[in-house]
Amino acid sequence: MIIAERKPIPEVLGMLDGSNEILVLGCRSCTAICLVGGEKESRGLCEALALHSELRGKGWKVETVTVERACEKEFLAPLALFKGAVVSMACGVGAQVMQELCPEARVVPGVNTSNMGAPEGMGVFVEKCAGCGDCIIHLTAGICPIARCAKNLLNGPCGGSQNGLCEVSKDTPCAWDQIVRALERQGRLDLLTMNIPPKDWRPSRNGGPRRIVNQEAAPGAAQKEWRGER
Amino acid sequence: MSVSRLQEVLDSGKFAVTAEIGPPRSAETGRLREMARMLRGSAHAFNLTDNQAANVRMSSIASSVICLQEGLEPVMQMTCRDRNRIAMQSDVIGASALGIRNVLCISGDHQTFGNHPQAKNVYDLDSIQELMVLRNLTKGTNWSGEALPEPPQLYLGAASNPFADPFEFRVTRLGKKVDAGAQFVQTQCVLDVERFKRFMSLAVERGLHEKVHIIAGVIPLRSHKAALFMKNKVAGMSVPDELVDRLRKASDPREEGIKLCVETMNELSSIEGVHGVHITAIAWEDIIPRLVNESGLRP
Repeated sequence: MIIAERKPIPEVLGMLDGSNEILVLGCRSCTAICLVGGEKESRGLCEALALHSELRGKGWKVETVTVERACEKEFLAPLALFKGAVVSMACGVGAQVMQELCPEARVVPGVNTSNMGAPEGMGVFVEKCAGCGDCIIHLTAGICPIARCAKNLLNGPCGGSQNGLCEVSKDTPCAWDQIVRALERQGRLDLLTMNIPPKDWRPSRNGGPRRIVNQEAAPGAAQKEWRGER
Repeated sequence: MSVSRLQEVLDSGKFAVTAEIGPPRSAETGRLREMARMLRGSAHAFNLTDNQAANVRMSSIASSVICLQEGLEPVMQMTCRDRNRIAMQSDVIGASALGIRNVLCISGDHQTFGNHPQAKNVYDLDSIQELMVLRNLTKGTNWSGEALPEPPQLYLGAASNPFADPFEFRVTRLGKKVDAGAQFVQTQCVLDVERFKRFMSLAVERGLHEKVHIIAGVIPLRSHKAALFMKNKVAGMSVPDELVDRLRKASDPREEGIKLCVETMNELSSIEGVHGVHITAIAWEDIIPRLVNESGLRP
């Protein structure tokens, strides 16, 4: 899932100067699970904005709507062509899809989108995947060194790994320490002696913004062929 | 055939001495030249660090060239933190053209430790991949496979930290670096000689000492506070309590630190598979001549 953090309310207020009609747009998917952008948090921000407007005489008309998944246009369709300010509580993807549907609206971010990760405990979320586009975790005991090593090393821990911790932060386990121990448990220490050559970063962000076409699903010649149509 | 004096010394079976020089923080070169003249003859080659501890300094290429001009043989350090494969190949081709021969391939300290923690790091390659790419250059092709009419002449080195974890993997990683092209290896400073001996015996067991020249690091400490700093603040260091106590109890800790370092140098030189020592005397470079004299290891 996508992990996000709340933006401080004063920062959001600073983005709304000059607005009249404000929509706080929540999302029931990832940001709801992160407890920053679901229905409850969106209502909370909506009330805070209304209170601020009342106290400061801003005259804002504030409302809130929470959709199932803000990254898919079909869920946002009822809001299309909205013209006021939108505080998006969805991830950066949802915010941009909303902006595409409402070209005259001013979409501002209510959250900071951080990474692709997983909940680890109550309120704790940890990055797991960097979306590099060429997965190699079969070589690293199912632990991704691109996302989880501070230097995205592909050939083992650097000299700063000690007592299982990363030198960069005492709160971060050394991913390579975890990989070495996991491979040991799996009886695959042979994988550690193999040098992994320089990575092709083109499938990652370095080939420019990515556009993935699933030939089996996309309309067009390939899809017709797959369905046996002519 | 040797491309550098360091290679010649190591390949001929002589015991090598290398020492570290931190490049200046500004464009002022007077002190670096002075230090180079002071250190001439104290070691076979001198490492010029590459924005060490992720603090901005004069580039290792420029300071290596200044050392060359002053008659020292440089070991140019090159981290993966600040350069992608394009910049790395370009920089070592340029370094070779300027007369630099020894290159030490390292991951580099993470930028959050330095004076620009907001920086974006590169890590297009890791230090093992850096070795693969640079060895390929010396064999006559860049990493895209294009032939070079005149390949750079390089003697390639790597770093090894016997004191980081997981301990057993450290020797495996050394083997990986040898496979990737490392011809010499400089280790993290040895303060815990016992652990270093265990590391070396594992390396010898695998025959790595016959495939690569291992140069053991040493550091003179000025006080027990310096030892405690190494113990508590430097990641991947092992500092025995007896060593801290010895410095604490000494009537002249500075002299005791020098004595301790000389003892370590001598002890390391007798360990099987150790082919040299590397002295890191941070902001205390003028002690290097005395260390090599008193240990009897002056080249």
